[in-house]
Amino acid sequence: MTDVTRAEVCTVAVAEAFRGAGEILVSCFGTTPAVGARLARMTFEPDILMTDGICSLVQNVDSVSGEKIEPVIEGWTPFRSIFDLLWGGRRHVMMIASQIDRYGNQNFACIGEHAKPKAQLLGMRGAPGNTLSHRTSYWIPNHSPGVFVEKVDVVSGVGYDRAAELGPRTARFHDIHRVISNLGVFDFATPDRRMRLASLHPGVTVDEVVGKTGFELAIDGEVPETRKPSEEELQLIREAIDPKGFINKEVRS
Amino acid sequence: MDKRTTEAEAVSELRDGMTIGFGGWGSRRKPMSIVREILRSPVRDLTVVSYGGPDVGLLCKYGKVKRLLYGFVSLDSIPLEPHFRRARQEGAIPEVRELDEGMLQWGLYAAAIRLPFLPTRAGLGTDVMQINPELRLVKSPYEDGEELVAMPAIELDVAFVHQNRADVHGNGQYLGPDFYFDDLYCMAAKKRFMSCEKIIDTQDFLSEGSIHTLRINRTMVDGVIEAPGGAHFTECPGDYGRDEKFQSEYAATAKDEEAWESFRAGYLDVSEADYQAKVAAR
Repeated sequence: MTDVTRAEVCTVAVAEAFRGAGEILVSCFGTTPAVGARLARMTFEPDILMTDGICSLVQNVDSVSGEKIEPVIEGWTPFRSIFDLLWGGRRHVMMIASQIDRYGNQNFACIGEHAKPKAQLLGMRGAPGNTLSHRTSYWIPNHSPGVFVEKVDVVSGVGYDRAAELGPRTARFHDIHRVISNLGVFDFATPDRRMRLASLHPGVTVDEVVGKTGFELAIDGEVPETRKPSEEELQLIREAIDPKGFINKEVRS
Repeated sequence: MDKRTTEAEAVSELRDGMTIGFGGWGSRRKPMSIVREILRSPVRDLTVVSYGGPDVGLLCKYGKVKRLLYGFVSLDSIPLEPHFRRARQEGAIPEVRELDEGMLQWGLYAAAIRLPFLPTRAGLGTDVMQINPELRLVKSPYEDGEELVAMPAIELDVAFVHQNRADVHGNGQYLGPDFYFDDLYCMAAKKRFMSCEKIIDTQDFLSEGSIHTLRINRTMVDGVIEAPGGAHFTECPGDYGRDEKFQSEYAATAKDEEAWESFRAGYLDVSEADYQAKVAAR
């Protein structure tokens, strides 16, 4: 399977982040997360709930670039019910991060000083509530020292150091699960909850990751390789979920 | 009671420095005919509360916003409202009050049910606390003793919402998939104006949609404005989709002062009737 693309490896890494999710809502920002979540639902996590991005829970949102099929709607989630669902915790969101630091503090609000930003980005959106309410992961399609930074300009999503300051009661639902980039998979399985290089995508070296990360990563021993897609997974990605290969535009091999 | 009125009469109630809120969400079912009327009025120094779309972008562009309460400002198909982005990057909004989206709902809900605040975890540990220096914490009086954000009630002087159908008494009906936060805006405000695509007889509501589509009742509304196309260029599902071509044209004016001047002269310095006629003629 020498022809597996980097984007396909990322897709499987996303799907793996949702392993064990069970019957919860999975929400994604970005193309690769959308494909990965669908892959998880079509293989080992069939009970995941997904929305149409508007306000319906749709049972068969299995394709991002294939033919449009008649949706099977299983529920209604108008915006007025969304924060009930989020704050109630039955959700795993994979957000993007324009900046992220070693403890998983995330910024997608703006770059520069908040009072007069160099670049206004999405704003706080629901990140503050998400990160204190349910499992959160991050997707970073362009791993660089400008994204993996020593200090984020604005904290929109709570990281582990700040969660610790809030105390165990307030932070009891705080759970930054994975950070997935185009180079590797990262987690916080360290004693002080610093970001750790959990696996390298095939063809990526530790030096490359370290060179493109603006802070010191925890790296223990031999770093494993990110799992490659199985034949069945490749077929699902290429034929059912993303026949036009949108993921390969988001992540170049 | 017959509550029919016009955009001009509604906007004449506004005073400098008032706090106003707009229903809808992003570029979805926004009371745009009222926004356009505000742009033509002399009112300024407004505090604006919105799940923001072009309402916020336009009011910022016209320099009418003193304080902005928001979680995001988006055109949906264009993720970031370009006039809002520019206003932010130029530091043109004097008091920026960026919140978690859920905190905005919580603040409106607190005002709606006349509570001083509602507790939430959202905001703790983030820069929401620095950006909003008015925020205070509250400690649970129960055994857990958890410290939470006391999201203050967002009390509005005036609320504006747009519905698909309404009767003259102020009952409103949405025909799209989502009612957003429109009822909360109305309940959080002292004075409430509802524009609609079409005024119908009360007895005809249920031939338009199920009972669940009647989200706004007449205790929540002081004035009803019949405004066909009133949400344009935002979407008003049930009646029309978003005018993406028009929206792209609008968005492009943020980067081109000449294009802005011609957009403004063509679509904003004109009456609502002329606006609708020009849109129809496109």
